[in-house]
Amino acid sequence: MTAVDAFTTHTGTAAPLRRSAVDTDQIIPAEYLKRITRTGFEDGLFSAWRKNEPDFVLNQPQHADASILVAGPDFGTGSSREHAVWALMDGGFRVVISSRFADIFRNNSTKSGLLTVVLPQAEVEALWQAVEVDPATPVTVDLQAETVSYGEVTVPFEVEDYTRWRLLEGLDDVGLTERHLADVEAYEARRQPWLPKALPAR
Amino acid sequence: MPKTLAEKVYDAHVVRSAAGEPDLLFIDLHLVHEVTSPQAFDGLRAAGRTVRRPDLTMATEDHNVPTLDILKPIADPVSRAQVEALRRNAAEFGIRLAPMGDRDQGIVHVIGPQLGLTQPGTTIVCGDSHTSTHGAFGALAFGIGTSEVEHVLATQTLPQYRPRQMAVTVDGELPEGVSAKDVILAVIARIGTNGAAGHVIEYRGSAIEALSMEARMTICNMSIEAGARAGLIAPDQTTFDFLQGRPHAPQGADWDAAVEYWRTLRTDEGAVFDAEVVLDAAELSPFVTWGTNPGQGLPISARVPDPADLTDDNERRAAEQALAYMGLTPGTPLREIEVDTVFLGSCTNGRIEDLRIAAELLRGKKIDADTRMLVVPGSVGVKAQAEAEGLDQVFLEAGAEWRGAGCSMCLGMNPDQLRPGERSASTSNRNFQGRQGKGGRTHLVSPPVAAATALTGRLTAPADLQPADLTSAGV
Ligand code: SF4
Repeated sequence: MTAVDAFTTHTGTAAPLRRSAVDTDQIIPAEYLKRITRTGFEDGLFSAWRKNEPDFVLNQPQHADASILVAGPDFGTGSSREHAVWALMDGGFRVVISSRFADIFRNNSTKSGLLTVVLPQAEVEALWQAVEVDPATPVTVDLQAETVSYGEVTVPFEVEDYTRWRLLEGLDDVGLTERHLADVEAYEARRQPWLPKALPAR
Repeated sequence: MPKTLAEKVYDAHVVRSAAGEPDLLFIDLHLVHEVTSPQAFDGLRAAGRTVRRPDLTMATEDHNVPTLDILKPIADPVSRAQVEALRRNAAEFGIRLAPMGDRDQGIVHVIGPQLGLTQPGTTIVCGDSHTSTHGAFGALAFGIGTSEVEHVLATQTLPQYRPRQMAVTVDGELPEGVSAKDVILAVIARIGTNGAAGHVIEYRGSAIEALSMEARMTICNMSIEAGARAGLIAPDQTTFDFLQGRPHAPQGADWDAAVEYWRTLRTDEGAVFDAEVVLDAAELSPFVTWGTNPGQGLPISARVPDPADLTDDNERRAAEQALAYMGLTPGTPLREIEVDTVFLGSCTNGRIEDLRIAAELLRGKKIDADTRMLVVPGSVGVKAQAEAEGLDQVFLEAGAEWRGAGCSMCLGMNPDQLRPGERSASTSNRNFQGRQGKGGRTHLVSPPVAAATALTGRLTAPADLQPADLTSAGV
């Protein structure tokens, strides 16, 4: 990967996913992880729920085109599979809103330009209600201003300054680290000689 | 300033820190498997980059591998393509690989410790959330995503923010039949599946110090199930004894120098934790899960909970959804839940000690006629050791299946899967919907509970076994 999709502001409709602790096995089940590509995971997105639950939110025509997912607390727990982020993006999502994310998922999301927005649970509930009453409600997520707005409502959110800058610019971490290779070399020179090596031993 | 163990390890690996930026952390060991690495290697190729430290990188095949006919080509073409991609990538980038059939092959979190690559005070990453397992040695070990795998391959570093510190203290003595798995399931039930988000957990207290390395690995393994970035335990004589003489452990004067350093890896008196959880070992009992996340667990003597008793809307909805999926009725005693399959294995409980404990309970007995039991050693090394001790014969004579090494039914990427509606008692770490096969229903249990359950066909703790359950072999 050389660059990430930059994210500045996004306006779209939102899908209310009223579930907590949505683990990455639900976002994309293991059978889809056998692929060796980085795209084309939309068929795996929430596939069990989409198949088994006719009224699952993404099966409802009024939410089919949503690009903002509004989920219950603790979204993205479990497996570190970055495929979960790819599947959400391949499925048309640019933003996930929740009151709490699992660390690895949140970290992974910033690498591909999927924005994760933390809002207090009360704000999540208000947004759920608004988009259930009118699924066509346009919701705007502005990373520059750090706000989510819809109708008359504007709610602030916070993203780490560094992560925000990286997302706004679409910068790739490897390239950023390569600017500091001299520091890496200096560190390597200080390492204890007895530290383990993975090369075949005995 | 006094520091925690995790802070000491973290600080010793900071390559660079600057205000307003994440720290750049050096990575001592990068473990790689077939599922989360192909896109990372593609990224390297596309950018014309190489692997900076192949000597600190080790790959194995574990998630997709069949546990039967392991020397034949993999039947599933998609799995085969993924394993072949890893072989090509390892050859092209000069990385050591333990492929199927190799004596070092196995679940990535089992082979690191087994080879002695997992050492105190090191930083270890892998594109796998259960990398926290290696924290049992006092390493700072955590799971990363594929973009980070690529970053580590290219630079041997990772940008990181300093984690918050949580102490989980377990003092006292564990009652007979209560194992490390029960301790960690109780911790997760207490703090919730994301209760340690943003934190590194240090497990401490006399009950933890008394545990074997295998048991410590079981506990650290499931730190991620509480949402923690990592979990670790201060190294001590138990740790050193486990490591000494392993293929990659330091030797001679190096060993002495290493041990001297390792002895400093303890949380200082007066170091501050951001959060603390205290458990009394004497009050713990065998734990099983009833729901679809690892936090939904209870002592085996309990009953299936009633969602109507939960006041929090989200929790009640989650419990209702879980019970509907699990096909359980509130109020049912957990001990009356019948299972179809018992799975003994995974990076949580697929080590030699786990197999020994289960085999001891099964020795000379027959498992329930309607229950199948799958025993999958965590690595080729564990398998060989178990066979040398005759444990394979114990399992086979009891009516269980003895398989090759790998992740197997922990996540069902290979043919070992539950059928829709089938129910398992599993020593793995995740009871998520469909984790062990589409529509499969998972109850997480310890190895002793798995063995006792295999004998009765219902969720059972060893202490619950009746003489009638113990049909001896040959009768
Ligand atoms: S055994 Fe299960 S949890 Fe462990 S690495 Fe394999 S799939 Fe992951």
